[in-house]
Amino acid sequence: MATTPLLDNPNRPLTENPKGFSVKSDSAHWAVLYGVSGLFALICVVFLISIVVSSIPAWRHSGLSLIYGRVWNQGANTFGALPIIVGTLATTAIALFFAIPIGVGSALAIVHVLPHRLRILFSSLVELLAAVPSVVYGLWGLLVLAPWFESTVEPGLASITGHKFPFQSPPEGVSLLLAGCVLFIMILPIIAALSRDAIAVVPREQFEGALSLGATKWQVLRKVVLPGARIGIVGAVTLGTARALGETVAVAMVIGLNPLFPRSLFSTAATLASTIALQFQDASPLQVASLGALAVILMALTAIVNWFGRRLVAASAYSAGVL
Amino acid sequence: MKAGVIEGAPPDPMIERRELVQRVARQTLARRVRISRGIVALCGLALVLGLIPLFAILYSLISKGFRWLSVDFFTQTPQFPSLVDPNAIGGISNAIIGSLVIDGIAALFAIPIGLVAGLFLAESNSRFAGLLRKTAEIMTGLPSILLGIFAYQILVIGFNEWGIKLPGIGFSAVAGSFAIGILMIPIIMKAAESALRRVPAPVREAGLALGARRGVIARKVVIPTALPGLITAVLLALSRAVGETAPILWVIGASTVVNWNPKKQMASMPLQIFQSATSPYVSLRDETWGIALFLVFVVLVLNLGSRLFAGWLQRERR
Repeated sequence: MATTPLLDNPNRPLTENPKGFSVKSDSAHWAVLYGVSGLFALICVVFLISIVVSSIPAWRHSGLSLIYGRVWNQGANTFGALPIIVGTLATTAIALFFAIPIGVGSALAIVHVLPHRLRILFSSLVELLAAVPSVVYGLWGLLVLAPWFESTVEPGLASITGHKFPFQSPPEGVSLLLAGCVLFIMILPIIAALSRDAIAVVPREQFEGALSLGATKWQVLRKVVLPGARIGIVGAVTLGTARALGETVAVAMVIGLNPLFPRSLFSTAATLASTIALQFQDASPLQVASLGALAVILMALTAIVNWFGRRLVAASAYSAGVL
Repeated sequence: MKAGVIEGAPPDPMIERRELVQRVARQTLARRVRISRGIVALCGLALVLGLIPLFAILYSLISKGFRWLSVDFFTQTPQFPSLVDPNAIGGISNAIIGSLVIDGIAALFAIPIGLVAGLFLAESNSRFAGLLRKTAEIMTGLPSILLGIFAYQILVIGFNEWGIKLPGIGFSAVAGSFAIGILMIPIIMKAAESALRRVPAPVREAGLALGARRGVIARKVVIPTALPGLITAVLLALSRAVGETAPILWVIGASTVVNWNPKKQMASMPLQIFQSATSPYVSLRDETWGIALFLVFVVLVLNLGSRLFAGWLQRERR
């Protein structure tokens, strides 16, 4: 039977390897893939370790008062990040206060109000907002918005509300409110574009079915579209929050870096990322470590918020790096 | 006299009732439509409000930055204005060269790593791939200043906790490239993965049916098919990298001389904007608009170019 062709041999094994083709000869392919991916994984691990380890002297020096301490004074080697954490949360809250209604509203307008031809144009314009580098937002906020806030917006707000909390301190331009507004502009494209994606996948039939029952457009949007897109919108807001918490350069330029508890919306403040960016120069080793500790707090905060948002958003634009 | 009402007969309660219902329905419909129109208009207003900053920024950039764009601006080195001559500011050639070198070196190592790792994510269904995908997602979401700290610890001062001592190379362009490159890798990875996964399964399977190995299919079939998406991925990552300030803030130093040596300190356009914007000299602050206009121009060319190019390539192939 030596001449029987292999194919006709009923006893031959179907393949050498039950999984498919000769995997062995493909090993170079997988070796490269695993090698390079492993390299990236290694970099990430070293990254994590180096940030955490660089902050160890600070934890040793200040202990947990790094988190709940109320005074951040590098001259006295007192490092308590509570005012800075409060500043971070406050700027993010201001940004979300504006970005959620305007972002979701624009998303609804893009999908259900605009004629079909304009839809792509306006979507691209919104995404263009995300392409502008953050330092340019900072520049614009500092040189254009800040004088306007100082001369018009803040005195106006103060006089309308009778100089009561949170509008009581003298207008300075560079302030918590300005940082929040710059952040609002920066996270708007994320919230708008991701909400748009979530709204666009609500089935057209549901929309039309509700319309045919006599509901008006707004009733359909409120009772059918928004509930259907709820998870995606919450995810969009979560990812916007993560971006606002971590934004560095633009905030550093317009917040006035003042690590005290903000007394009003017009007072200067500090955020985690902007403090890291601005106090680094001329810092003592202990201060560098304390800034590293701020980085650890910031990393934990943004990673958790981000992870949570990712679970809710199945958006292509975000994963493709557009936003 | 209404239709359906018989002369002299008592009023029909059914008809009265129907009229009442119709009247109320007309009123509520009018009210509902009014509310609906109002809120739909508000949505449109939100869109307009959201886009005002975009146009305001572009207007500021062009109206204040355009007059700076001259040959000297791109070819001269900066001069520091003094009280005697507050308008002598020179050009930004050092920052342009710095950006080129820093982002170039970053691209040199980030693009291959990002693309291959993206191919791995698309090809493999192992648990490691899943973990890596999560890691990349988290990494793209982290504030970029953290990468600056990382590069500072590893490259600038050398790591000296726990007795580990790496040779620190000081403030240098390489350290900036390292930070920017690590910023780019996960962006390229995720975008490349989604581009590669869009290659239809039958294309892959046809290759497998011909007996090709997976590596061969990846190189000869999948990658060429996904090429427009891969190019978009790389250009988008580059457009992010060019504008990033935070990762290089800690690490590249800031040099005012033209310098091509990546082991020395360098300037960079975003960093230059960051520093000049807070300068006490009015002329330096004004000049910032010129740099910003040029930077935004570069970023938008990369960003829009990537999409247009991908669309063009896609059409060419059909």
